[in-house]
Amino acid sequence: MGFELTQEYILGHLNYWLFSVLMMTGLYIVVAKGNLVKKIVGLNIFQTSVFMLYISMGKVTDGTAPIFPLDMDVDPDVIYSNPLPHVLILTAIVVGVATTALGLALIVRIQDEFNTIEEDDILKIERAIVQTENAIHGDAMGGRA
Amino acid sequence: MRHHLILRVITKLLVGAIMLFAFYVQFHGDFSPGGGFQAGVIMAVAFILYGLVFSLHNVQQVFPPWLVHKLVALGVLIYAGTGIVSLFLGYSFLDYGAFTPDHPSHGQHYGIFAVELGVGITVTAVMVAIYYAFAGRPPRLSDEEW
Amino acid sequence: MLVLTAIAVVRMRSLFAIAMLSGVFSLLSALLFVTLDAVDVAFTEAAVGAGISTVLVLGTLALTSRFEKPTKRSPVLPLFVVFVTGAALIYGTLDMPNFGSPEAPAQMHVGPDYLEDSVHEINIPNVVTSILASYRGYDTLGETAVVFTAGIGVLLLLSGLRRRRRDDEEDESEEV
Repeated sequence: MGFELTQEYILGHLNYWLFSVLMMTGLYIVVAKGNLVKKIVGLNIFQTSVFMLYISMGKVTDGTAPIFPLDMDVDPDVIYSNPLPHVLILTAIVVGVATTALGLALIVRIQDEFNTIEEDDILKIERAIVQTENAIHGDAMGGRA
Repeated sequence: MRHHLILRVITKLLVGAIMLFAFYVQFHGDFSPGGGFQAGVIMAVAFILYGLVFSLHNVQQVFPPWLVHKLVALGVLIYAGTGIVSLFLGYSFLDYGAFTPDHPSHGQHYGIFAVELGVGITVTAVMVAIYYAFAGRPPRLSDEEW
Repeated sequence: MLVLTAIAVVRMRSLFAIAMLSGVFSLLSALLFVTLDAVDVAFTEAAVGAGISTVLVLGTLALTSRFEKPTKRSPVLPLFVVFVTGAALIYGTLDMPNFGSPEAPAQMHVGPDYLEDSVHEINIPNVVTSILASYRGYDTLGETAVVFTAGIGVLLLLSGLRRRRRDDEEDESEEV
């Protein structure tokens, strides 16, 4: 396959695999669970593990946080970690909380309209609505409303 | 509310300290980790904490909803306005060198300060507005069912 | 620890416990960010994830229900989807550079240039702020617009009280 399974290789890639496992846990919560609030929490877990993956890509061994000393006396021997992924992830975190707030507001409105936040119940109610609409208007629209 | 006495006393002590910390993070974003977003969230947390322990009505007397809605737009206006001011001064959009034409790197300080201020104001107002929207609805679960 | 918290969120049915666990997850990830030298990101994640997100989920719980109904769907198809996606992800990471290596493509080109240029062009110690507000200031304007839009969206969704819907229902039943 073009690589050797040495210990250095495994240790060097373990972080990517761990964060992929976390991502898949979050994805499983979104796909498999029926409760809408749990889906939003699973989406948060998925987003946070993606952030961890990106930040771990920006880390340099023996580096330090990308903040210079106060008097701007930059020592050319000090290694700094790459600040660019930090900026991208800062934006992503704020966008994530905006999405979460909107999703939770939608859940509150769904609770008002359907009186439930379980996905199976909502699908049943919607199917019942579509059936009654078909029964009332179906003939006028060629069999399906 | 007698059994919530500890919460009320501690909240009264903490809210001022939280606001001070929010200002510190906002204005020291250049020198230490921090900046507009973090400061905005911390400032909003001060108001949300006050609204959680004392009632929503009390916090809305301190920070009325009409002011929150105006501030939501004001922050974005400050940010975009900084860019447009540099357009009017003859430079490109969001070029901070426009503020001190003879020393471009000093203008960066002014530009970054104004921009972070706009971000902080918007984030504070949006978080507080979202909290007001959620807390303003009558709850479905009474206090005993928790 | 993070994996244990995530698996606990999968299995638990009390939504209140899930709200607390999501706060714990955010705090643990903030700790992880500090060890990865991302102090700004850790600050934001702790404030936003453990503060605002937890408060919003609890607020939603007060307006909806506290427990999750047990689902009757079989978990086979979601597990299959998750395994296939996970296998594809891990296959994709196979030829990525080792963790922390200084010759990674991410450490070339733009990142070190920002670190060098920020010293004499912008002259502030926090490089993340200088990139966020000056070099990539346009992106931050878009991000502020996103926060603004989310605030407006929530206000539009939630500012009408439930009384209005019941009044509409009474009017409809009177018409029919």
